[in-house]
Amino acid sequence: MNRYRDDPEAVRALVHEDCVHRDVYLSPEIFELEMRHLWRNTWIYVGHDSQVPNAGDYYTTELARQPVIMLRDVEGAVRVLMNRCAHKGASLLSAREGHCEGGLLRCPYHGWTYRLDGSIRTIPIKSGYEGTGLAASSAAAGIVPVRNVAIHRGFVFARLSETGPGFHEYFGDALSSIDNMVDRSPLGRLEVAGGTLRYLHDSNWKMFVENLNDTMHPMVSHESAAGTAKKLWAGRPADEPKPMAIEQFLPFVNGYEFFDKMGVRIYDNGHSYTGVRYSIHSAYSAIGDYERLMDQAYGAERAREILGEVRHNTVYYPSLTIKGAIQAIRVARPIAPDRTLLESWTFRLAGAPDSLLQRTLLYTRLINAPTSIVGHDDQHNYHAIQEGLATDGNEWVSLHRNHTGAEAEGLAGDYNGLSEVSMRGQYRAWARFMTLDMPPASARS
Amino acid sequence: MTDAPATAAELERFVYDEARLIDEKRFDEWYELFTDDARYWMPLTRGQPDGENHTSLFYEDKLLLKVRIERLKNPRSFSQHQPSWCQHVLQRPVIEEGDAGTGRYRLRTPFVYVESRMDTQLVLAGVVSHRLRRESGALRIELKKVELTNCDAALPSIQLFP
Repeated sequence: MNRYRDDPEAVRALVHEDCVHRDVYLSPEIFELEMRHLWRNTWIYVGHDSQVPNAGDYYTTELARQPVIMLRDVEGAVRVLMNRCAHKGASLLSAREGHCEGGLLRCPYHGWTYRLDGSIRTIPIKSGYEGTGLAASSAAAGIVPVRNVAIHRGFVFARLSETGPGFHEYFGDALSSIDNMVDRSPLGRLEVAGGTLRYLHDSNWKMFVENLNDTMHPMVSHESAAGTAKKLWAGRPADEPKPMAIEQFLPFVNGYEFFDKMGVRIYDNGHSYTGVRYSIHSAYSAIGDYERLMDQAYGAERAREILGEVRHNTVYYPSLTIKGAIQAIRVARPIAPDRTLLESWTFRLAGAPDSLLQRTLLYTRLINAPTSIVGHDDQHNYHAIQEGLATDGNEWVSLHRNHTGAEAEGLAGDYNGLSEVSMRGQYRAWARFMTLDMPPASARS
Repeated sequence: MTDAPATAAELERFVYDEARLIDEKRFDEWYELFTDDARYWMPLTRGQPDGENHTSLFYEDKLLLKVRIERLKNPRSFSQHQPSWCQHVLQRPVIEEGDAGTGRYRLRTPFVYVESRMDTQLVLAGVVSHRLRRESGALRIELKKVELTNCDAALPSIQLFP
């Protein structure tokens, strides 16, 4: 298949202002190009620095299907290295997390060892390389580093390519959602806690990312889950304290007006968040003496400001979505055009009562787990799109809701919550970063 | 408490019957097997100390179990258009603890669990522990803890009850 490679015009033609061609979800070639261009020209979430608290601690993951190591070096800096021995290419670390014994990475195949900055420390029987071209080869440089790494308040991002925008240019004010999540800690610090849910989806990664700011679906998709919870709770006295699970389920079946007035804010480069005015997390009960601790840490006025910002989902296109108000994030790991791994990570707010983490964990279990009844219906619908798009007769996916001609001038700004503008923004970014480093079609031989 | 001590045969029978109620989708009857303060727990990691301070796959109280059971009856449970079916295959339960005086028992049962829907089939294995107690003469579940062999793996949807 070679329909789109090195043909930026053909790729751009898949995206219109108000609809996209089904190939963006179905085509194996487009998926390969996404991994080669979109997921390399943009800033991808790697992990959180609290996963590697001490020098020599590491965490392994994948970026655009390439295995990488996130570690803390001897100076205390977080580095991202390609998980590949400079010699024959074996991945150096296979555990998900651990500690580099003796401050070294050692290849399990031939025992080459590396310092935490990736440089070669020793090669067994090095005399065997005397007079060879090794010193001038790519192997001598040691482990290939990911050169473009940025950390924002503990959140580690990487850009794999040498092209593409700088970190702050790319995310801009969208970083305010991460800021709000971290500010919710009286100590201004998050710690990964509570384990990682890993949920396999038989659908394209974009089904999930688009869904995060799709507010037209909860009352339909989640009627059976949240609606059942609502029905079971109905008839209880209004002043009876709701169990946390009921509090978390009920807003999913709020009406269209609730989600419309919630609002959506669009940033450049595909980022957005729903819940400009309030969100499904706004009506949760206060917890213990958390608010008092926040007042002490920030002063009452600033504390109210932080806790009054209750955003719903923020999309850090293309790889990360966060819920600052409950300290839970989801990370998309594309596997194939119709296969995606979704990871859910949760955080403890340093200095806050344990009950906040417990609320976070309840939410992520109810909504994000492979056992979640909310997740089941979402997953079903993503797969249904994957299936339905295979049909002939209509090759285009509608993103028309609340589209106006004014969007041609630029998308950044606030919109009504039910608008599909966040998806239109994502595809604008998609077309841009897919073709940023593609040679023009005329260069095709 | 005047109840006679539970016999090994009665305890084993209980575990087999409990699994059978799930496999036959007799969920309302299954629900009645749980005490009011019961938990149905499937940890996310090995040796996980609790379900409050660490995420689990299931950590359901009776209310959440009820939500799941009632949802399965809802015609708009889209992920169950073509319903899932499951089958537990149990090894013989071992009685780990038994106290006829308090009427409390704990059983350990290795299992294989198959959940299928349309053309896909998911196979899970692990060990289930039942903590049982006598209530009004009948054995009831205080805690059903399902420890999967691959609890930390990337998993597809699990829609019924391993």
